[in-house]
Order: sequence, then C-alpha cells, then structure tokens
Amino acid sequence: MTPFELIDWPCPATTGERHDELALVFDRGRAQRVLVLPAWFDEANKLRRQTVEVMRRLDLSDVDSVLPDLPGNNESAAPLAEQTLESWREAARAAAEHFRATHVLTIRAGVLLTPDGIPGWRYAPTSGAKVLRSLLRARTIASREAGPAERTEDLQARARREGIELAGWRIGAEMFRELEEAEPATQLIDIEQASVGGSGLWLRAEPDEDPEQADALAAMIAIQLGGA
Amino acid sequence: MTVDQHHLGPSRTEIDAKLRRILVDALGLDEDRVAGFDNDTGLFGHLPELDSMAVAGLLTEMEDQLDIIIDDEDVDGEMLETYGGLLAFAEAKAASA
Repeated sequence: MTPFELIDWPCPATTGERHDELALVFDRGRAQRVLVLPAWFDEANKLRRQTVEVMRRLDLSDVDSVLPDLPGNNESAAPLAEQTLESWREAARAAAEHFRATHVLTIRAGVLLTPDGIPGWRYAPTSGAKVLRSLLRARTIASREAGPAERTEDLQARARREGIELAGWRIGAEMFRELEEAEPATQLIDIEQASVGGSGLWLRAEPDEDPEQADALAAMIAIQLGGA
Repeated sequence: MTVDQHHLGPSRTEIDAKLRRILVDALGLDEDRVAGFDNDTGLFGHLPELDSMAVAGLLTEMEDQLDIIIDDEDVDGEMLETYGGLLAFAEAKAASA
C-alpha cells in the first residue's frame, strides 16, 4: 500500500493570482489517475474519511488518485465567503490539469464542479438547490428552538443580497445565487447509492465509514478502468 | 378493468416502512431499535442524535423518498416530537401530494 502524501498545488485565486492549496494524493505515476471532487459543507465532514478509504482501495487496484482542497476549505488560506461556483470550477479545472487527471470521481455536490472533457463517475449527485435546502432548513429549525424564529424566504432573500452563514459555513451572495440554479453535470457515469449498498453516509448525523461500501465503489471504478 | 397501481398513493404500511428506514439511515440507529418504535416513542429532544442538521437531513430525505414537499410552517414541535406525530404528518402529506 502506498502511503498518501499531502502536497501543495498551485490554485487560481479570485484575485487572479495563484496561491497554494493542499491535496491528498496517492501518486506513483501510474497510467490511470482519478481526480476526486469531494462532497461539500457538512457533507464534506461526514464523507471525508470514507472518501479517502475509497482512494486507498483505488491505490491497491493500481490507480492513482488526488483529493484537492477547494479554496476556503480545510487548510486553505482563502476566505470561504469570497468563493463562487466559478472559482471552485476553475480550481477543479486547474487541479485536473496540474495532476494530469485521466478521470474524475465526483461525490454528491462535487458533481457541480465537473471539468469538461474528462470522463468519469458521479456518485450520488445532488443539485445546488438541494444543498441549500438542507442547510437553510437546519438554520430555521435551530432558530425556532433558540428564537427568534426565521423564515426560509427571508433568509433566501438576504442571502442573495449579502450572503449567509449556514451550519457554520459562510456562503457568499454570488455563490448562493449560483447554487440555486446549479444542476449536476450529465456527462459522467452514474454510481447510485443502491448499487453501492447500504445507506448514504451523508445521511448520518455523525461522520462514519463503511468498508463494504468503499470496496463496492472502488471496485466499480477499477473494473471499468481495467476494461477501458 | 385493471387498476393502475402507479397512480395510487403509497399505502400506510409502505410509508411506515420507508420512514423507519430513513430513521435508521439518518440517525445510524439500530434497525431493531427503530422497528420497536411506537407512536409515543420520543424523537426530537429525546434522541441525542437528532440535532438541527440531522433533522434537516431527515426532512430532505423524506421529501426525496416519499415524493412530498415539506414547508417551513409544517415543521413544528408536534410533528417532530414522537414517531406517531412524524408518521401522521408523512401520511397526510403523501395523501395530498
């Protein structure tokens, strides 16, 4: 088994310059190289460990993989509130090019950043509207408990103008407006949760892992790569 | 005349089974434990797993799987307090969907 490495990669910044972001990579210079675009916001935390578990299994199947931090996430020095759908798409494009990705695996909302011209898979894709719906709902439920109560429509109207903090994530106004319209890219091969078995780990209240699901997901990709 | 099953609403037992499945998935609870839930089993405020983010995920999953839309004003203490309350809500929504 190859130990993973954490390395810097040059990411385009919203200011037009470049800055370094971190990436977790299994890289032995093999022919098949998968760019992993992870789940977002609270789902990012719940799925992080499982995502790396899938990458470990790809490594054992002789497939390189790379999991880049998007600007504003994890160890990034860039402010999350300044990110837009376009800045993240640009980051995904740049990561694909920098790491010479041959394929892409998107997880949940990661599908919204699919770079053009790279084949691959979309695991349990979701729309931007659904991402926002869960986050907004968490906020209205919490504010109803703690008071004063907030209405979804009021929060949406304000978020479109000045951005909003949802479940601890600071989402800028432009990002919010873009997400309301963002639909999953359709050119990738679907991996539905039913074919992975069990229930989606993003549904769980706490982060978790599932070795059998990781086996199934990695096997589907490895088999299709082997036959390609 | 044949009955077009596709256009009939989901049965009560079907909604009950789906709802229990969603609770198992969303809360990571034991299947046997959820199978033992009755109408008076406490949910929000009784299960430490069920914080506001978990409730939000639960409701979004209910929308997807039961093909219903849940509005702000639907979400109140009564609906979330017990399993019976949540089931009655899901049935009413599915019937009007």
